[in-house]
Amino acid sequence: MDLITITFYFLATLTIVFSGIVVFSKNIMHSAFALLFTLFGVAGLYVLLSADFLAITQLMLYIGGILVLIIFGVVLTSRITGIDVRAGSLGKIQLFAAVIITVVIAASLIWMFKSTKWYMAEMKEVNSTVRQIGNELLTNYLLAFEAASMLLLLAIVGAALIARKKH
Amino acid sequence: MESINFLYELLGKNALTITLVVILPLGFVLIYALVAILAELKTSAWIQERLGPMRTGPWGILQPVAEVIKLIQKEDITPAKADKLLYNAAPFIVFTGAYSAFAVIPFSEYFAPSRIDLGLFYIFAVGSISALGIVMGGWASNNKYSMMGAMRSVAQLISYEVPAAIAILSIVVLTSTMNLQEINKLQTGWFWNWFLFGGPGTLAKWWIVPFTIILCMIYFIAALAETNRLPFDIPEGESELVAGFHTEYSGIKFAMFFFAEYAYMFVVAAILTTVFLGGWNSPFGNLMQGPGWGVFWFIFKGFSVVMVQIWIRWTLPRFRVDQLMYLGWKILLPISFVCFLIISLYVMLK
Repeated sequence: MDLITITFYFLATLTIVFSGIVVFSKNIMHSAFALLFTLFGVAGLYVLLSADFLAITQLMLYIGGILVLIIFGVVLTSRITGIDVRAGSLGKIQLFAAVIITVVIAASLIWMFKSTKWYMAEMKEVNSTVRQIGNELLTNYLLAFEAASMLLLLAIVGAALIARKKH
Repeated sequence: MESINFLYELLGKNALTITLVVILPLGFVLIYALVAILAELKTSAWIQERLGPMRTGPWGILQPVAEVIKLIQKEDITPAKADKLLYNAAPFIVFTGAYSAFAVIPFSEYFAPSRIDLGLFYIFAVGSISALGIVMGGWASNNKYSMMGAMRSVAQLISYEVPAAIAILSIVVLTSTMNLQEINKLQTGWFWNWFLFGGPGTLAKWWIVPFTIILCMIYFIAALAETNRLPFDIPEGESELVAGFHTEYSGIKFAMFFFAEYAYMFVVAAILTTVFLGGWNSPFGNLMQGPGWGVFWFIFKGFSVVMVQIWIRWTLPRFRVDQLMYLGWKILLPISFVCFLIISLYVMLK
């Protein structure tokens, strides 16, 4: 096994173990912080796929933005941290439904994975992905790029409006 | 692919050299932190007309070593009602966040642990890991002061990341690369090629020089806030919050927070050095230029910036929370946007 394979298995185990903790932990804060390692593991997998821009964007947006927001939400909500977040009396029915859905999705994913003929791309030394991404965004995908920026602008204006003092 | 790592060139790229490359900055951080602590003690003493530590070793130079030994020996207390797991993990996560930024810092022409193209973007991305570590520690301590300190710290970090990022982004518009090593190479030559003075180019660049100097100052102010240093140390504000997010920590775990703060101080100093002050380039053209001198210039410039941070800490009083937010969002951010637009205009006209 070479270094890259070992790294892959390490990151994959990290991601899976901690996403298990996210789902199964009784303490919502532990879930939130386990998400840090899960997202970090996914970012590491992106690095192994030579998608360095995607990996760092993952760190920036998911860890620096969304996870901080989730943790703030949990911390600022009073008396949420001590509560067992697992389902209560309805739990049995929900558990039953969840197991069925999980099995169906897992089975179809495995079936798809087995039945697809995978195209193995050759390993290439990729230089400067960010330059290519920038050029593509401002030429071929300009409309999508501008639409996304409009959406974000609207979100910012909306957030500022909601946060304003009522007169 | 050119190799920029002297260790890989000498010994080949294998598991051992990769480990060495990863560990080398750690050794630097440990020694640097001791020197910085001594500098902090001595500078504070001089500013307040004291002598500072004089008994430990000649002229007190062994004082930081003594303090670290003292901290290691101290009893490691975990509060009974604390969340043990997160409480113990937090100092390590904070230090990891500060240390991971060293992965892209170019110490010399022949030594930068990684040569990824997204160096600057990466440094801003990993900065958020320490923020999470701080919230983790603050929440797990189960103490109101710690919690308040952690919330303030993260609010401050997120607010000041915006002007800092815009300031750096303006220089990226000039360089059209985010690779720290490339940015260094652009600034070779005399000191007027530094991006503090508008970067390389003919005399036509004179009208953007004021704006690059303003950007440098904006980045420096935002960096002070991101490292929780005075005048922005409201997360630790002793008169309000005891010691902020690390109120409950003692012994070696407190030392970890301490080291992380000093390591992060050097990280922001290193970014400032690389982006605005020419990195490992000599200020005097070819005089004293070269790989060995590169390490000297880089550490010299970085440490000078750290010294300015220390100097400011002992000179200015602390901001209030609302003043801090006002400064970040209503003063620094608009100014940095104006500078960004002007530099973009310059690049378009060029």
